[in-house]
Amino acid sequence: MRFPRWAVFLIVVGGFAGLWITRPQPLPDVALSGVTGDANAGRLVFAAAGCASCHTAPDSSAVELPVLAGGKRFATTFGTFVAPNISTDADYGIGSWTDVQIASAVTRGVGADGEHLYPTFPYAAYEKVTMQDSADLIAYLRTLPADPSPSQANEIAFPFNFRFLLGGWKLLFTSPNWVISGDLSAEQIRGRYLAEALGHCGECHTPRNALGGLRRDRWLAGAPNPLGKGKIPNITPGVLTWSEADIVTYLTSGFTPDFDTAGGQMIEVIANTSQLPEADRAAIAAYLKIVPTIE
Amino acid sequence: MNYLMKIAAGAVLSVMAGTVLAESHIDPAIAGAIKARQAHMSLNNFNLAVLGNMAQDKTPYDAEAAMAAANNLAALTELSQAGYWPQGSDAASVEGTRALPAIWETYPAIIEKATALSDAAAALAAVAGNDLDSLKAAFGPVGAACGDCHKTFRQPG
Repeated sequence: MRFPRWAVFLIVVGGFAGLWITRPQPLPDVALSGVTGDANAGRLVFAAAGCASCHTAPDSSAVELPVLAGGKRFATTFGTFVAPNISTDADYGIGSWTDVQIASAVTRGVGADGEHLYPTFPYAAYEKVTMQDSADLIAYLRTLPADPSPSQANEIAFPFNFRFLLGGWKLLFTSPNWVISGDLSAEQIRGRYLAEALGHCGECHTPRNALGGLRRDRWLAGAPNPLGKGKIPNITPGVLTWSEADIVTYLTSGFTPDFDTAGGQMIEVIANTSQLPEADRAAIAAYLKIVPTIE
Repeated sequence: MNYLMKIAAGAVLSVMAGTVLAESHIDPAIAGAIKARQAHMSLNNFNLAVLGNMAQDKTPYDAEAAMAAANNLAALTELSQAGYWPQGSDAASVEGTRALPAIWETYPAIIEKATALSDAAAALAAVAGNDLDSLKAAFGPVGAACGDCHKTFRQPG
């Protein structure tokens, strides 16, 4: 049977339309105009977003001014991703990127060459970061040391090595809508911003589907450990029955109410949350209490 | 044909039996070591909770109780754990433990962490009976030492 010519035409047109719909969409050049970044405020955005947890070198210890040399490896079912150098080095880091380019990477998952970035970088959460916070963060990043370590290549299996596919991933699995909506108090709204956007809690605490998209219907209900054996706990309120004060203490000191400690990647998270104002930790706790319980 | 089938069936059955054995039958020496180290962690935890509840203002400060708990904790960190950690008792090899293979793979890195804990525990024991502020100040480094080891060597879950 001969393949009809109109079908070929439709497939070609459909393919190009698909590529066009899923093309990388950086922020417009004017996205940050009228917004002035404050490096001091940016330090807290940096902590809340957990940037250092992934972008400092493996086995480096905490220092006053983190060196974002990259090199930590994240082995996933799609391949191994290596965190890039995002220090201020002009050649090997992002020192020569414009503010809008950096903000596009963070909130749109688009690199300086206009390419889709892999969602190991949690832009699916960061897309809700405000332009003010982006500008503050960028101002802070520019105060950090330059490091001349070249970024290492990801080791990704076919077909996931084709970045154009990520446009489809974004279309399917990112959303401008909050997971938790409704009539929220100011504190709960702040907590939602910290947990769903900057803190990207869902990236580990929410299970993923076969293509790596977060299952928003099982939000924060626990998931397999993305970096090895074991599981990341369910932190929905019917399962994590700690009081809000308990959660604040945990995010400050790493101690659970019965004086076990956090472990694994959560240690890095607490190194970040412990830097935030107490009110922000309380806001995260308030938010966690309004997430629907999922057994 | 019949003969070949029998060999094949026998091979399949013995592989299955081997798998079942491997899953259900933990070497008693390994199981005992896991039980012993978990019991040790429980003792650490019990004494830590006495101090932590005071440090977090959940219970009133009691110098005598604080000193007793801090001395216990310091003594616990000085005990030899050499026998608790036989090869093959990691979470990748057996059920019932969250001890990561990295403990053995990066040995003696864990000894540095253990030393950091016993130093912090000794510092706490030295001041826990003085007053609440001293306890609070010395309690933080103990928690940090616990977490620092759990970060690298304990599986989440």
